[in-house]
Amino acid sequence: MINIKIKVLPVICFMAAIIYSCDEVFPEAPAENELLDGPIGALSFSEQNRFLAGDVAFNDEIFTPESGLGPMFVATSCGSCHPGDGKGHPFTTLTRFGQTSPGQSTDFPAGAPQLQNRAIPGFEPEKLTLGTPFMKFTPPAVTGLGLLAALTDEQILKNADPDDVDGDGISGIPNYIDPPDYFQPKWFHQAVNAQFIGRFGKKAAAIDLLQQTATAYNQDMGVTSTFEPLDVATDLSVDPEVSDQTIREVVFYLSTLKAPIQRDPETYNVIQGQQIFTDINCGSCHIPSWTTPESDIPALSNKTFHPYTDLLLHDMGPELDDGATEGSAETYEWRTPPLWGLGLSPDSQGGEFFLMHDGRAKSIEEAILMHGGEANDSRGSFEQLSDIDKQKLLTFLKSL
Amino acid sequence: MKTSSSIYKIGGYLLVLICLNHVAFAQKSDSSQLLLNMDAVYNRPFLQAGSFPVAIGGYIEAQGEYFVSDGITEGVSFKIPRMTLFVSSTITERIKFLSEIEFEEGTKEINIEFAALDFEFHPLLNFRGGIIMNPIGAFNQNHDGPRWEFVDRPISATTIIPATFSNVGFGLHGKTYQKQWVWAYEAYVTNGFNDQIVANSEGRTWLPAAKENVDRFEENFNAVPLITLKTAIRHRKIGEIGLSWMGDVYNKYEEDGLLLDQKRRLDVVAIDFNTSAIKNLDITGEWVWAFVDVPATYSQQFGSQQQGGFIDFVYTVLKREMFGWENARINLALRLEHVDYNVGSFEETGGNIHDDLQAIVPAISFRSSSQTVIRVNYRYIWETDLLGNPTAKTAGFQIGISSYF
Repeated sequence: MINIKIKVLPVICFMAAIIYSCDEVFPEAPAENELLDGPIGALSFSEQNRFLAGDVAFNDEIFTPESGLGPMFVATSCGSCHPGDGKGHPFTTLTRFGQTSPGQSTDFPAGAPQLQNRAIPGFEPEKLTLGTPFMKFTPPAVTGLGLLAALTDEQILKNADPDDVDGDGISGIPNYIDPPDYFQPKWFHQAVNAQFIGRFGKKAAAIDLLQQTATAYNQDMGVTSTFEPLDVATDLSVDPEVSDQTIREVVFYLSTLKAPIQRDPETYNVIQGQQIFTDINCGSCHIPSWTTPESDIPALSNKTFHPYTDLLLHDMGPELDDGATEGSAETYEWRTPPLWGLGLSPDSQGGEFFLMHDGRAKSIEEAILMHGGEANDSRGSFEQLSDIDKQKLLTFLKSL
Repeated sequence: MKTSSSIYKIGGYLLVLICLNHVAFAQKSDSSQLLLNMDAVYNRPFLQAGSFPVAIGGYIEAQGEYFVSDGITEGVSFKIPRMTLFVSSTITERIKFLSEIEFEEGTKEINIEFAALDFEFHPLLNFRGGIIMNPIGAFNQNHDGPRWEFVDRPISATTIIPATFSNVGFGLHGKTYQKQWVWAYEAYVTNGFNDQIVANSEGRTWLPAAKENVDRFEENFNAVPLITLKTAIRHRKIGEIGLSWMGDVYNKYEEDGLLLDQKRRLDVVAIDFNTSAIKNLDITGEWVWAFVDVPATYSQQFGSQQQGGFIDFVYTVLKREMFGWENARINLALRLEHVDYNVGSFEETGGNIHDDLQAIVPAISFRSSSQTVIRVNYRYIWETDLLGNPTAKTAGFQIGISSYF
């Protein structure tokens, strides 16, 4: 035997050092403004219980072939596309195809509107026919959606200028969508030729969060419900694989997720960057602030919030024209994405930025330089900024 | 298996226990330097009444813990992770029976972990049949709570190797001695895995999901048996090293003559070692690799390769009579763990798929005898999700007791 004498005290000191080296004895919670998840304030006890149930369904429930996954699918859970309620990773990017002109509602190819690029064992996934136009959608962050859902159509239409009457080069067009059978208009929805304004999705193709949620279960995970009863693999009805209650709990969860909280809003560079953002006219589309009207969820009533979007479609130029579309949007039109939470994107995208609708931009600056069409002037103004001013603008955007 | 018949069987075992009023404590010596991990199943303290051919024993574990995950705690919690009963019998001189029945977390799960007959034809040729603990790694066979200074079982040994993993089957084992050396082998064919290992609600390749198939003690999931091979060698003064492999087709590729899928293989390789070559210091470790044929068109979150392991350092700082217990010991211990549930990179970006964790567990334990331990652990775990987003940190204290009885 090798006899090594080790004193007790040094060993205990070593153990203590190990514990001490673990940053802290108990890991502290990240700052509230560093996280996207969490409920909006002032929820009642019963609302907190509904929020919790929706949280579990959204983030913890992973579908299996036994519980309804597929047989063709894109993702196995809501949370795998929206980790921590943030933006998704190219791993779960959606491929949309089928509609190639505005308003086209028939003659979609088989499998449209979403490619099912994965399949459970024993099944084959879909493949796009060569030459089929398609769009790729990186999953968006889902925070603050309830505030956007609570806005009135009238508020959204106030910023619309389809014919650019004011001559500022910015149009802003609502995407009018045929509602699904289960859509129930609220007092603030306005029908135009039996269509309603879409607010959610890269092309604003979903009118409300119920439609967004039910179609996501169906088209992203291959999970049927009474709302979307057709199996995406066969286009035939099958027994519901997720309950109405679960879907409504998830809708409530999405409705009551807090809005992202800006970090360091009082610092000099952030204030200066915000001014530059206004000066180069980014705010014409990325409208900073909105105020909700009365809502059936009290916590959402009369709240001023800062999403940096107008929820309208804009011509983004030929370089962002994928040749496919949804609803009444042209193939080159995209809904102004909210910028809130932008700086936290790497925390849900694996430490990197994957921006624009398909994640093609690897930095905020790259994303700005990809803006075309109606954003040409703003992009040009950005390019002419000094390096210092560019950094101030980027610092502001990262603070969101 | 939560069936009433199982409970009746357990009742029968308890009846035997009650009948044994006057018992002698026939503990086998654990001081031998030539016992291997494969001997752990018989190297346990048993109670035997005179010449009565049946001996019984068991162990219990109880623990309390307080953990905080990124600032959020669920408070103090207590549990009995397991209570296990052993029954053994020497039927004739070279035919032995042993069973191990485990109650996990109260009666949440009742499992027969081992129930096998051993026929010794020659020390190098023993035939074993019944419910067998597959000899993959060391921990799966040598997992009794009182043997360890740590409250929780090693993560890799319970989530890559799904310890305790046992199946119905048959096989051979044997060993031979040469001066300071002992060499042993084991080879079994048993029922095996099923497709839940890649179709589960854990959202990752998860070998423990195979244990959820309640029919696995009744029939094989597919027509292909799980083969498990292990060889180990020990030097009296140096220590033991083992190398093991198990391989299987895990999916249901055919039923009623219909081809449902191609055959998909699972292979697990493990290396384990332990040494007491340094005075007062025991070092134990195990590393495992799992290779799973996951369909390329299935989700990348189900990894086709996993790896992980642990290494334990246990240093005896005090060994003398304490509080009236002879040969009582105080140990300081440290466990380091790493598990990567998905070795690979994303097709879309080429970036590393994470889904991994690291843990460090300093511990202090008091042993009134080698069969009983009181242990206090501090545990810190860093977990990274599939995408490599900011690490989730969990830390806490655990206190546990464990003893053979």
